[in-house]
Amino acid sequence: MRWETGLVVVVIAIAIMGSSLSPQFLTANNFFNLGLNNGEIAIMALPMALIIISGEIDLSVESTLGMSSAVLGVLWADHWPMLAIFVVVAVVGALAGAINGLLVTRVGLPSLAVTIGTLALYRGIALILLGPRTVANFPTIYTNVGIVAIPHTDLPYSIGIFIVLAVIFAIVLHATPFGRSIYAMGDNAEAAMFAGLRVKRIKTTLFIVSGVASALAGVLFTFRLNTAVQDNGTGLSLDVVAIVLLAGVSIFGGKGSIGGVFLAVLAFAGLQNALLLTNFNQEATGLVTGGLLLVSVFVPNAAMFVRSIRRAVTRMTRRMPSEPALSMPRKDT
Amino acid sequence: MRALLRRAPLAASTLVVASAVAVAACSSSGSATPSSSSSSSGSGSSTAKTGLKIFVIPKNLGNPYFTTADSKGTGGALAAISALGDSGTETSGTAATSASQIPAIQAAITKGANALVVSATDPTALCPTLNGAIKRKIPVVTYDSDAPSCRSLFINQASTSAIGTSEVDLLAKQIGDSGEIGIVSAAASATNQNAWIGYMKTELAKYPKIKLVATVYGNDDPATATQVTQGLLEQYPNLKGIISPTTVGILAAAGVLDSAKYRGKVMLTGLGTPDSMKKYVSDGTVKAFELWNPANLGYLAGYAAADIAGGTLKVTQGATFTAGKLGQFTIGADNTVLLGPPTVFDSANINNFNF
Repeated sequence: MRWETGLVVVVIAIAIMGSSLSPQFLTANNFFNLGLNNGEIAIMALPMALIIISGEIDLSVESTLGMSSAVLGVLWADHWPMLAIFVVVAVVGALAGAINGLLVTRVGLPSLAVTIGTLALYRGIALILLGPRTVANFPTIYTNVGIVAIPHTDLPYSIGIFIVLAVIFAIVLHATPFGRSIYAMGDNAEAAMFAGLRVKRIKTTLFIVSGVASALAGVLFTFRLNTAVQDNGTGLSLDVVAIVLLAGVSIFGGKGSIGGVFLAVLAFAGLQNALLLTNFNQEATGLVTGGLLLVSVFVPNAAMFVRSIRRAVTRMTRRMPSEPALSMPRKDT
Repeated sequence: MRALLRRAPLAASTLVVASAVAVAACSSSGSATPSSSSSSSGSGSSTAKTGLKIFVIPKNLGNPYFTTADSKGTGGALAAISALGDSGTETSGTAATSASQIPAIQAAITKGANALVVSATDPTALCPTLNGAIKRKIPVVTYDSDAPSCRSLFINQASTSAIGTSEVDLLAKQIGDSGEIGIVSAAASATNQNAWIGYMKTELAKYPKIKLVATVYGNDDPATATQVTQGLLEQYPNLKGIISPTTVGILAAAGVLDSAKYRGKVMLTGLGTPDSMKKYVSDGTVKAFELWNPANLGYLAGYAAADIAGGTLKVTQGATFTAGKLGQFTIGADNTVLLGPPTVFDSANINNFNF
């Protein structure tokens, strides 16, 4: 059974559970809210999936979102035209991603450390830009993007954007040489490099895409809440990573699909919404998100885990009887 | 091994379904709502609708201040709601941000709320959601922190100017009217915090020898507040006093100041709960601080929401209502009700309070 098939079962189970617990679960209005609250996370999950498949991680996405939101707020307060602001915000996102990418690929630092660093750094820039200020006077035609549905549908704009992007990402990842090389470098970066793939350039590109997507998420987030404030988006990186791992993307790289990400967004959003609609103790939602993350990392690796335990046990029992010499042949590897 | 791998997704789905069932089990206890007609309304109106669903939505959960303001046991919002024969539920996000609070408000509306009692994490971000409620004739009563353009009534804990000015006066007395001071606030976007700080700055003009050197933000998170307080003390070694107009901030700051290095040298005042601050008042770290009674604030908000939803109170300036144990209140300008003046707590009176 493929991981995605399992996710379909999970999504159906959540839909059945949600609708049996609350008559409002399967209503258009609730779906709209559910989409609205998860659109930005879903958009950031797409490049995150590619980055994790390539064997890296980007934990700075929430701060890139916050920094973009701050830039948007500051420039709007300075009476810049909105279209010019969009260009600046996109450049800021691309730069944020490029810094991550260059530090990882050219300086050779681990992405986990680099993006924890920029997680703090980009948030710091947001705080310097905005300080205690809140910018909230965005024009209605833009804030409507964050609160009304796309005409003739019950889809929020952010989810519409996510669906379009998901199709593009799926084509790039699953039907182009670029996509295949992402899998190859996630499987074995050195082998990919020796095979002539431009590993560094491709990884840098992925970080830049992640930066731009986070900047887009920052704009949507700001318009949805009609608020640019320095702590916008705090804590979202974890949700994004949780969705990507739930999607069946291997944390060790080399495995995963955009279809999985799509299903994982549904499962994640559905579960959180069901928890809100029932009178579940909201203080415990962290347990659910954290548990979900652990389960989705553990289950695909369960076989490996069992194998390593068995190996350790056989090694121990074999040594027990007579403390054998170091030269004893080992067949178990 | 291959078999195990193939079954892995199935195992995952089983786990998720299992947790879903656990959720269902948890929820069934809280949602039972007897819609009996036995009204115990104290406002003398026999026509009040009862059995209404009222949701109390603080800025975040796990915040002792809001636990006191909302809980039935402390005589807070839920106590007032159940005293009027309605059913109250406390819900919110776990972080004090609008992105975390909005889904809880939407869910409350979806669940068929008859009234909302909300402490706004942001004055504007909640508006599309709250206006959605008002459009559906669900009254929105804000308490503690207002969203002026999208609510029916605001229960003001104390006049903004009184809190801002009295905290500066309290600290000035403790530091002898001169020296550098800092402010440890909550979130940079919090409406009430910024309004109080505005009045503090105005009041500071009366003390030319006191210099406000920095305002730092602890985001109502104990760890962050501790960190920014330590940073403040390191950056300004001559600091004489700190004002923290947030219960989480003052507690964290008191923890930092509770050492031989700072005790008696750096003064601390602000808004705190007597229970949490007793230790620091008795060991001399803190001389005096103030607060309104949060349980009374919640009680008044819950009472007003139940009265409006029940049809016994129309929100118009000058309208009066009796809120049970708290007595009579009048709706003032901008549809605001004032709870009363803040109480100053010091070593002489702190042991008389339990919240």
